[in-house]
Amino acid sequence: MVYSKLTSIEKDVLREIGNIGAGNAATSMSKLINKKVDMQVPSVNIVTYDEMMDLIGGPEELIVALFFQIKGEISGNVYFILSTKEAEELIRKVTNQSNFLLEDLHHNEWALSALQETGNIVTGAYLSALSDFTKLNMQPSIPFLSIDMAGALLTVGLLEISQTSDYAMIIDTTIRSESDSGIQGHFFLLPDPSSLSTIFQGLGIADE
Amino acid sequence: MNEQKTVVKVGIADLNFVKAPNVIRTSGLGSCVGVVVYDDRKEVAGLSHVLLPDSSLARQKEFNLYKFADTAIPILVTKLLDQGARKFALRAKMAGGAQMFTSSNDMMRIGSRNILAVKEMLEHYQIPIVASDVGGNVGRTIEFDPETSRLKIKKVNKEEFYL
Repeated sequence: MVYSKLTSIEKDVLREIGNIGAGNAATSMSKLINKKVDMQVPSVNIVTYDEMMDLIGGPEELIVALFFQIKGEISGNVYFILSTKEAEELIRKVTNQSNFLLEDLHHNEWALSALQETGNIVTGAYLSALSDFTKLNMQPSIPFLSIDMAGALLTVGLLEISQTSDYAMIIDTTIRSESDSGIQGHFFLLPDPSSLSTIFQGLGIADE
Repeated sequence: MNEQKTVVKVGIADLNFVKAPNVIRTSGLGSCVGVVVYDDRKEVAGLSHVLLPDSSLARQKEFNLYKFADTAIPILVTKLLDQGARKFALRAKMAGGAQMFTSSNDMMRIGSRNILAVKEMLEHYQIPIVASDVGGNVGRTIEFDPETSRLKIKKVNKEEFYL
């Protein structure tokens, strides 16, 4: 399936998928940090590789990314992306260590696993909502965590796609906690091109 | 002489060329490899940002030749010679090819395959690699100045250094 030929109905469906996933993720995040968490309207972007990096602040932007590979009836990649400040704040909330600093992450097993586990729960909620909605099976890998330049981390999600396409389709959804130091997390869902028709068929949308 | 230094930017799966006094840069290399081929005396250089090792991976009928090491480097060399570089004088510097997430998955270890593929192509053209900073698990931004033939490497949370 060629990304650029998506109809507006198909894009709406993909946006709805982002909506449902993020709604569920926001609920689970809210339980973890005991704060109200809102989500923003998802966007479906068909972008060049370079444009993909610009969605998150450019290829050199320092980000905290949890990366999951999805196998099953739907295959692709999911990122849960936080800025370094937000990741720091999230760890402080979840672990109750109000003076935690992100630079200590790799010397602090507890904080590291808290971040990994939070990402796991929130992304798990995101994916299980997708799976329920489409009635299609998705098996996420374990979470891979890295803190580095956006370009370096996001190209990993392009490797599979780049063999068949010069564009990536990204369903971009943001969840945000309601507080002074709002924690904002991005979900980037990148379904493999071959999974798109499966999704549309699963939802009963004719694939012309 | 009041020439302005311009930074020529090279995107992902892209390549471009530069002449002194300008410099050429590519940002956020992870598993990708940035390879600079240059003629020191002529002060011309080309930079290729390679995403994948081999075009046999392509499952498209028409694809971007700059994406793969085996198709990008021949273009890099040919166009560099067109711009006045001399074949015998060509040298290379390279960086990148990291593994950003620790996994046994084949696709995630593409960095080392990229490094190997680039080395093989340079060997094929008999272009010596005079310096490199490859592998590891960190992202890199690189910038080459054809006037000094120095490659600046920048990593997250680390100071810059030159090759």
